[in-house]
Amino acid sequence: MSAPRSAAGRLLANRAFLVTCLLATNVAMLVLAVLLISIFWQGWDTLSWKFITSFASRKPSEAGILAPLMGSVWVCSICGLVALPLGVGTAVFLEEFARKSRFTRIVQTNIMNLAGVPSIVYGILGLTAFARMFGALGTNVDEAITLGNEESLLFLRLPFGSSVLAGGLTLMLVILPVVIISTQEALRAVPGSLRSGAFALGATRWQTVWGITLPAAIPGIMTGAILSMSRAIGEAAPILVLGAPLLVLETPTNLMSDFTVLPMQVFNWMKRSKASFQEIAAAAIIVQLAVLMSFNAFAILVRQRLQTPLQ
Amino acid sequence: MTMMSSMQTNPASATAAPPGDAGPISIRAAAFDGFYGAFQALKGISLDIPRNQVTAFIGPSGCGKSTFLRWMNRMNDTIPGARASGTLTLDGEDILARSLDVVDLRRRVGMVFQRPNPFPKSIFDNVAFGPRLHWRHSRADLEDLVEQSLRSAALWNEVKDRLHASALGLSGGQQQRLCIARAIAGGPEVLLMDEPCSALDPKSTASVEELIRQLRTAYTIVIVTHNMQQASRVSDRTAFFFEGSLIESGPTETLFTNPKSKQTEDYVTGRFG
Repeated sequence: MSAPRSAAGRLLANRAFLVTCLLATNVAMLVLAVLLISIFWQGWDTLSWKFITSFASRKPSEAGILAPLMGSVWVCSICGLVALPLGVGTAVFLEEFARKSRFTRIVQTNIMNLAGVPSIVYGILGLTAFARMFGALGTNVDEAITLGNEESLLFLRLPFGSSVLAGGLTLMLVILPVVIISTQEALRAVPGSLRSGAFALGATRWQTVWGITLPAAIPGIMTGAILSMSRAIGEAAPILVLGAPLLVLETPTNLMSDFTVLPMQVFNWMKRSKASFQEIAAAAIIVQLAVLMSFNAFAILVRQRLQTPLQ
Repeated sequence: MTMMSSMQTNPASATAAPPGDAGPISIRAAAFDGFYGAFQALKGISLDIPRNQVTAFIGPSGCGKSTFLRWMNRMNDTIPGARASGTLTLDGEDILARSLDVVDLRRRVGMVFQRPNPFPKSIFDNVAFGPRLHWRHSRADLEDLVEQSLRSAALWNEVKDRLHASALGLSGGQQQRLCIARAIAGGPEVLLMDEPCSALDPKSTASVEELIRQLRTAYTIVIVTHNMQQASRVSDRTAFFFEGSLIESGPTETLFTNPKSKQTEDYVTGRFG
């Protein structure tokens, strides 16, 4: 019953598959190119130092993005500074310390599920938990607790209201599952023989994690962090739900400052009908791409610095 | 430096017994049973491992020799469901005791694995890893200790100019000798070697075997091997395991030339296994 397969037929199938894959790759590249070209076409002329250093205005020619730019930097810094230790800590516990039990299985499944929850849902959670604190501590205009001077860098109040801190923590919720999962993957990729080697020398679990496993997993962890931060910086929905004001005419001075972020500003300008607003929206997108790339460059720098002994 | 000097004035090394003779006992097992869950991997092992000699464990795959080795530094603790009963002592101290400090046990009982597993760090940091876990050294002391350990592992001359280069750049044989240097840097009394040459080429194997013979004067060595020529070349005493039981043990020469048991004879002459 076995008929020979023709060599020509197999070669043809091979070539057809190759062409399909190439086509798929080129479609992705094409879409990206069209996107970038159209954005730069519209926005490049508007982009100027003045655009970056002035506040929003009703006149497109005078409008700038200083407030959303600084808002994005503040919010994403808070988000990264909180999400990384929390996420890496959780992943280290689950991978290196916890015994496989029903509890860890439930935690694991829930983290997987949380990674798929739409970001606007986290916005609602952030609004309830951080901005309003379940209404248990007064309202946004009548705070229960204030610490320090409103002008100082260390000013704190409860509840947080729609402040940069609430925004950063809300975005932290959005990216936390992704940080945990990517860190777990990175830890799993570290060969078990290295752990055995450290244990056999009398290292405790902590010494093994800190001395061997984490350093070996840093590249993977940083890659996950880059992807998560890219997501955080592009999120508008959760910030919108938090009730961040659309027009902000000052940069954040402390954790309780009002803020807006770049995607919110882009959204705000894009929905205007005037063509000149479309142009400044495009310019704002270019700035956002630049901020994103500098965040990523920072992460790559950290990765290489920590990786030096490996080379 | 107190640690190094204590390592070298190991009282046992001064009174090393002649090869083949039992001499003072380092590790003693009596009626030792080992389990993985319900499966009994080791059945009633009774064996004395003399100090400052090389003891080889031979036997076909799955006979329990590696499992037994991994109980001697409690590496089996990391395997869920692994448990043991009976007697297993190091210098008269119960290795299986719940109260035993496993970290200290593993400092006293070093281990070298089947495949070289250097850490992705510099050569220096690999050797210094163990000492740094247990003591706070001055930089100069640490440098001395690393040099001594690398010299003991016959690796110093090959790596002295690139101590801060990555250990992953070394050849397989060099990596394995680095792992031996790493194991002895903490100042252990016993070295466990789990088929240390099985991933090495013949030339590297020869250098590691030569090293094992040299290290015997300072350490009690237990080596698991699949290679009977290797057992006869490096060991003073040999123990033959089969299906979880210790069939026969004694001076290597006797076991290979005049075994008491038929099973041992069949195995060492290559009739099975």
